[in-house]
Amino acid sequence: MDQIFTLLSITLGAILANNFIFSQFLGICPFLGVSKKVDTAVGMGLAVTSGLGLASAVTSLVHKDSLVKFGLGFMQTVAFILVIASLVQFIEMFLQKSMPSLYTALGVYLPLITTNCAVLGVALLNIQNNYNFIESVVYGVTGGLGFLLAIVLFASIRERLVFADYPKSWEGFPIALVTAGLMALAFMGFSGLKVW
Amino acid sequence: MNIGKQFKEGLLTQNPVLVQVLGMCSTLAITTSFFNGLGMGVAVTIILTLSNVIISAIRKIVPDKIRIAMFIVVIAGFVTMVDLLLQAFVPALSESLGVFIPLIVVNCIILGRAEAFSYKNGIVASFFDGIFQGIGYTLVLLAMCIIREFLGKGSFGGGLLNGGAGIQIFPADYGVGMLTLPVGGFLTLACLIALMQWALSKNKK
Repeated sequence: MDQIFTLLSITLGAILANNFIFSQFLGICPFLGVSKKVDTAVGMGLAVTSGLGLASAVTSLVHKDSLVKFGLGFMQTVAFILVIASLVQFIEMFLQKSMPSLYTALGVYLPLITTNCAVLGVALLNIQNNYNFIESVVYGVTGGLGFLLAIVLFASIRERLVFADYPKSWEGFPIALVTAGLMALAFMGFSGLKVW
Repeated sequence: MNIGKQFKEGLLTQNPVLVQVLGMCSTLAITTSFFNGLGMGVAVTIILTLSNVIISAIRKIVPDKIRIAMFIVVIAGFVTMVDLLLQAFVPALSESLGVFIPLIVVNCIILGRAEAFSYKNGIVASFFDGIFQGIGYTLVLLAMCIIREFLGKGSFGGGLLNGGAGIQIFPADYGVGMLTLPVGGFLTLACLIALMQWALSKNKK
């Protein structure tokens, strides 16, 4: 029973209160880069969610069963990034084969999941928070869902921003950052959310 | 090779954060006190310079297809070294930057410069590119830190001056507390990029 409550509080935290984008600042690059249209944003969000889930599962096993066992904890960063890079390669080949339209829509941002700080970040945070295997996977997947929520909301606001009237020098990234800032303010409201 | 031009590009016209919009995560996350910004900036500059030099040195023997993997291994090696050194000699900084030190591996500035510059240019040019891009990044971090710390908490040089508390310029109660929260990071960076775009467009005319 305790286990279920822990998992629930991890879920709520990762999606709302400690959202990767708005409170931990992980994965900002794809968040700003692939959020001009809702469809691509959904695709990116799903790709990141699966990437995060797989990465936290694999890195959790790698950490416990090989790095710690052989006293190689200091190789953590190098080992994790290599594991993640090959995982992303697999996702890429899978998408290319089975969902070519999504593959072309994501374009350059798919290989960029490798350098998405959220993916390496979640692996490191799992270790830092001492999560076991199940908790790690739940944290990864729900963190990804939080990212999906954030990027879809953000993309739908940005689609409407096209019609807004703002000074020329604010065009592009500045206005997007202001939007993200206001959304972060809204998400801050969830930080008081502690059920358990 | 033109060092003066590289200097100007790194600091202004091709500034990694304000113009190329790379490395946003760390820029937004750790710029809450002066010491954090300085430490992060110096760490990234060192790693960027070293990895630029090494990648430029091995660029002729690395096959094109696996170059990204090679870049990442080189960068991860240097990041691990810096991470361990910081843990050993500056534990306070290592603690307050936390997960963002190992995350330098995936800082797009370093991979971006490897791909866009040092894979195509000589060792000396890559060395200076690393230093100048690193300084450009550090300056933006410091600007963000100073703005957020001053307006948010009314202090200057937190973590470094006055035994870590920083010099209090006006009482913290009068500060805009929001600026020290994540929201403040987004808004401050938005203002800085807008300012940069304005300055660049004015320069062109």
